[in-house]
Amino acid sequence: MHELLQPGSERKQLLLGNEAIVRGALEGGVRFVAAYPGTPSSEIIDRFYQLAPEVQIYVEYSVNEKVSMETAAAAALSGVKSLCAMKHVGLNVAADAFMTLAYVGVKAGMVVVVADDPFLHSSQNEQDNRFYAKMAGVPMLEPATPEEAKSMTLEALALSEKYRMPCMLRTTTRVNHCRGPVALGELPGNGSGSSPPFAKGGQGGFQPQGTFTKDPFNLVVIPMVGRKLRLALLEKLSRLQAEAEQSPLNFTVGEGKWGIITSGVSYLYVRDAVRDLGLEQRVKVLKLGFTYPQPRAVMRNFLRGLTRVLVVEELEPFLEETVRIVAQESALRVLVAGKGDELIPRAFELDAAKVKRAMSNFFGVSYQSPKVFSIPQLPQRPPNLCPGCPHRATYYSVRKIFGDDAIYPTDIGCYTLGILPPLRMADVLICMGSSVATAGGFSKVLDRPVVAFIGDSTFFHAGLTGLVNAVSHDHRFLLVVLDNGTTAMTGHQPHPGVELTPQGKVQPKVNLESIIRGCGVTRLATVNPLQVKKTQEVLQDLREHMHEPGVSVLISKSPCPLFENRMLSKKQKVVFEVDASCDLCKKCLEEVGCPAFVWEQSAAGDSRIRINAALCSGCSVCAQMCKSIKPRRLDDSKGGDQ
Amino acid sequence: MAGETRAFDAVRIFFTGVGGQGTLLATRLVGEAALAEGISVTMSEIHGMAQRGGVVESSVVIGNAFSPTIPDGEADILMAFEPLEALRALPKCHAQSLIIANTAPIVPFTVAIGQNTYPELAALHGLIKEKVSDVIWLDAVELARNAGSERASNTVLVGVLAGSGRLPLGKSSWEEALKRTLAPRIVGINRQAFEAGYAFSRAGGV
Repeated sequence: MHELLQPGSERKQLLLGNEAIVRGALEGGVRFVAAYPGTPSSEIIDRFYQLAPEVQIYVEYSVNEKVSMETAAAAALSGVKSLCAMKHVGLNVAADAFMTLAYVGVKAGMVVVVADDPFLHSSQNEQDNRFYAKMAGVPMLEPATPEEAKSMTLEALALSEKYRMPCMLRTTTRVNHCRGPVALGELPGNGSGSSPPFAKGGQGGFQPQGTFTKDPFNLVVIPMVGRKLRLALLEKLSRLQAEAEQSPLNFTVGEGKWGIITSGVSYLYVRDAVRDLGLEQRVKVLKLGFTYPQPRAVMRNFLRGLTRVLVVEELEPFLEETVRIVAQESALRVLVAGKGDELIPRAFELDAAKVKRAMSNFFGVSYQSPKVFSIPQLPQRPPNLCPGCPHRATYYSVRKIFGDDAIYPTDIGCYTLGILPPLRMADVLICMGSSVATAGGFSKVLDRPVVAFIGDSTFFHAGLTGLVNAVSHDHRFLLVVLDNGTTAMTGHQPHPGVELTPQGKVQPKVNLESIIRGCGVTRLATVNPLQVKKTQEVLQDLREHMHEPGVSVLISKSPCPLFENRMLSKKQKVVFEVDASCDLCKKCLEEVGCPAFVWEQSAAGDSRIRINAALCSGCSVCAQMCKSIKPRRLDDSKGGDQ
Repeated sequence: MAGETRAFDAVRIFFTGVGGQGTLLATRLVGEAALAEGISVTMSEIHGMAQRGGVVESSVVIGNAFSPTIPDGEADILMAFEPLEALRALPKCHAQSLIIANTAPIVPFTVAIGQNTYPELAALHGLIKEKVSDVIWLDAVELARNAGSERASNTVLVGVLAGSGRLPLGKSSWEEALKRTLAPRIVGINRQAFEAGYAFSRAGGV
């Protein structure tokens, strides 16, 4: 049985914040889950996907976040509780649906999990998505710990059911990827504690279980309906305001004439800071869990009688601005501060030390910050494309044919790592799918070759519409679809074009080549980038045709070796070695940059290039460009010289 | 200092290593042991780049504290799975920290292609010793190999931590953690690796 399907128990389990959200959804009776993976939210859909075979829950990796939200909305409109989860920028993709789903509403509970990423651990920006809740008029809860992540998922479902609208659960990386003790409640239909919840019957698979009542004058947002729903939304928001004022998710701890208002993981930093500074008797803390609608009366009552209040929150002054308004409206003589120099920074994550410094400055108490040891400049250890990664081979060949002059728009995935030397194959990136449309724009204003790169999963996510646009406007560029058969960067999730599955090789549901032809592309070729010479011949041919208007597409197709090894349990047959004929031209290091290569210098000053057999994947790309690199057959177990 | 009961408040343990070394599993073992002991625990992990040769950092905070992350200068224990990463994480430590570090280097790509040089190991050890006196260096890979599998070097390092006496966690809690965290078929080999680290620590870390 999957660990998240265990019966309820007093003994707490160590769960990731994301796993706690899954458990909360299971306990709350969610039966329909749709998401596109994205760090730091991916484990939510991944865990559901893992446990789905054991239960009557429909789980899909949707093609993008907008689609996931609309799919999940239909379930909730049919009385089936649903959840969709996405990283913060995913909500930009889904925003069109989100803004109006607030009007249309739902019949059963629907939770929208949105995972912000302060410090951009794994993202292109650090936008504060709490403003989306405010803009859409959707209630929002903000957990601080895995335990709260679970209980607030349940609360979000309850609110959603009560007000017939989606509820947003807003997390940050430090909540999603915090692991902490969580008490497991009972799962529905599992009172006895022995069988999995809503276990599959004999027929297997997810059975239709929703009901839909036709109601077009509430569900079809033509203007006259939208106007009515807009007023209904405002009325719901006023009731939700009262709900937020009463919510036990907003509470105070401590006492004193000074105050702190905070939410999410910042609350944990505040608690440590108050204690470390010995201010338990002097600082009262208001912790907000229900953060939209913002509980203004709770804020007002908290501010009364206080002299100084610091608002501690990551990213934008979302709470702070309201606190200032509330203080002004009630003419309270309290000094409010938050974002500012020497106080709470607007960029990146907080930690307990930053909060202590801000409190020390604002409240005028002493704080000796810890002495931080200095270290010399050290060699960096950036993440890199793996040995044997077909993206490296594609980049090598494209640079050979198109050189430094071409513009290389890129996209989001492992292949973005092509930005690093020696490949340097990334010139512009904005967001998912931007490679295709920016390439089109460049091609209209620059008299230079343009070659755009996009991964297969990203192409399905957001590249298709750009390609249709480019074809219809005769944009002139080469689009290289890096087809490694999986969504590699986020942990090898499936997408519509996958061929490798745990059951072996299958026909893809959506054929990449047909869909590209269907977009109107006529110059299309498919290569295996690990065949270097052939790939370069095809690229040369495509280059020669690029004086003609229109889009050319190259599908560079070779499976992600990590994924292929896992799916097919393939045994590696060869490793490659550098023989004595090596003349140290260093082209392998300077043009390919495979992490298995090592440049060694002996004490005597002799140099040599070596291939680390433990890292070599046997892809053979290096051997196709250099005569001094030869294969060595492996017997059964791979010899390592780490 | 076997069996010593220390005044216990909170212990902050920072883990650093290179993708593929099993730092997250080691983090989890410490968290499960604290849970089994009935001590409050919170952990932080950063996912996403683990398989691509980058630095992987995580933390465990056990006892009387709320924050799952560790600011600079506040790690009581540094668990470094690689020497260069031990030095890189030194700003997390304070003068009384305990550092448990693996001696086997993993050369970063920038060094491998000759763009950079890996610090000379003796100098690296010296730079650390200058700031923090309580340092246990060990070849965790070799101890793990002797215990039955190189891949269990992460568990060796956890064993060294358990044997250091710095954590208020009993042997039975560690056993519980191994059983709860690992698949049954690899518990045996990891128990041996854990014991090897534990014994190494008890023998004074030599």
